[in-house]
Amino acid sequence: MTTLTALCTFVAVGILVVILSYIAMRGIGALNLRFLVDTPRPVGEGGGIGNAIVGSGLLLLLSCAVGIPVGLACGIYLSEFGGGWFASAVRFLIDTLTGIPSIVTGVFVYAVIVLRMKHFSAFSGGIALALIMIPIVARTTEEMIKLVPHSLREGALALGAPQWRVTLGVVLPAAASGIATGAMLAIARVSGETAPLLFTAFGSRFFPRNLNEPIASLTVQIYNYAISPYDEWHTQAWAATLVLMALILSINIAVRFLTRNRFS
Amino acid sequence: MPISTSFAAPKFEVKSRTSLVSTATKVAVENLNFFYGRTQALNGITVEIPEHMVVAFIGPSGCGKTTFLRTLNRMNDVIPGTRVEGTVTIDGQNIYTPGADVVDLRRKVGMVFQKSNPFPKSIFDNVAYGLKINRMTSSRSELEGRVEEALKDAALWSEVKERLKSSALGLSGGQQQRLCIARALAVRPEVILMDEPASALDPIATSKIEELIFDLKKQYTIVIVTHNMQQAARVSDLTAFFLLGKLVEVNTTEKLFTAPDEKLTEDYVTGRFG
Repeated sequence: MTTLTALCTFVAVGILVVILSYIAMRGIGALNLRFLVDTPRPVGEGGGIGNAIVGSGLLLLLSCAVGIPVGLACGIYLSEFGGGWFASAVRFLIDTLTGIPSIVTGVFVYAVIVLRMKHFSAFSGGIALALIMIPIVARTTEEMIKLVPHSLREGALALGAPQWRVTLGVVLPAAASGIATGAMLAIARVSGETAPLLFTAFGSRFFPRNLNEPIASLTVQIYNYAISPYDEWHTQAWAATLVLMALILSINIAVRFLTRNRFS
Repeated sequence: MPISTSFAAPKFEVKSRTSLVSTATKVAVENLNFFYGRTQALNGITVEIPEHMVVAFIGPSGCGKTTFLRTLNRMNDVIPGTRVEGTVTIDGQNIYTPGADVVDLRRKVGMVFQKSNPFPKSIFDNVAYGLKINRMTSSRSELEGRVEEALKDAALWSEVKERLKSSALGLSGGQQQRLCIARALAVRPEVILMDEPASALDPIATSKIEELIFDLKKQYTIVIVTHNMQQAARVSDLTAFFLLGKLVEVNTTEKLFTAPDEKLTEDYVTGRFG
């Protein structure tokens, strides 16, 4: 039994190591400072992914600005106030929403926002990503808040704290690191999304000037380069993949570091 | 012994409660019934709790003593599907009248729980919590003073004064429970409810809590639930015996343990059942 489980663990970790090292091997060649700050150029002239890095960052910020507050509030509602049929219905809908393929979210935002505005934009891309984040953040928030012992709530209530202060001042801080982990999962999930951005944020060959116009992103850039017929662009796609992985990893580490709970 | 038969026709009457002691009544409970859904957990409880006394509730598990304790600061309100009948009067005010302020009530009637439940915050912030949410201090120095005072009253100050900023969860079990007492004392309640405050503690920590209870009764009225009869005998002035949701007898502690009025009480305190 130990051998079998150890073997499976080894396989799981091994696959991850193989993927990471393969990406690193293929991408490291094109990686240099210029590649990280330059905009894309025609084949044979080098160029880089600076605009895509900035674009991805802005898209993530937009999606967090919308997705995290909404998801957090929804999770708080479900765990602290949601006992009835309405909450059960919401819970079911959220679970369904989690399972919607991201391309569907993209098409939806395209139909509802992009067609109305008559142009692609960073806003629509951010909203598409936020729609993917909300159910993840909501459910992890709910689960993490439910793990907070009931005795803590009673302790605060017994001191004369009204319900909302108990939730904000005692329950949320006690669940903070778990909620942050959920938010991280959501960020990690959407930072790898390509499909919802294809016809919302669309992509761009320039640094973003405002959020109301098409914007580049790492994933769409990787997609465009990977399906191109040029070897140089293929190498650049691998390098961009490596950068994307590094960004996700550093977001993870940064949030872990920031939210470590000194009191648990 | 056929307890249930003797219980089928309950005829206990708590005799001459007011004559037990001479101090003024702090809490008066009149004909209190309590229901969890359709299950009746308390049945016609009538008792008076005098000021600056320690009153112990004893009885076997499930007899309703904790439920009763929690009706005194309306902590049962947070449990869905519960219902209260009868009156609980504190300083002449019925706490169950519609529109009664629960926040005010809980500030006046503090509570210490069976399992210590410090917040995952610093030691200082734990004690300061009630003061902050009730805006009871106007300056940082006043807040610090009140925290220090509460920690001293709970006999914890000398052990934690060097590390007020560190996590409350790093304290030992006994210290955590005294921290919870300090947290309750900080808002200067008038009544303190203690739900088996020492049941999870070792004998040394328990004796510290018991000494503390003895000191605290000068300033506070204390109601303590315990299923440890020795503890009730050591710390309390009055003892009330609960059985199957009814109050069988309330008497001075000395009398209840040596010459109780009720046969059921005698059977319980002499260890014939429970």
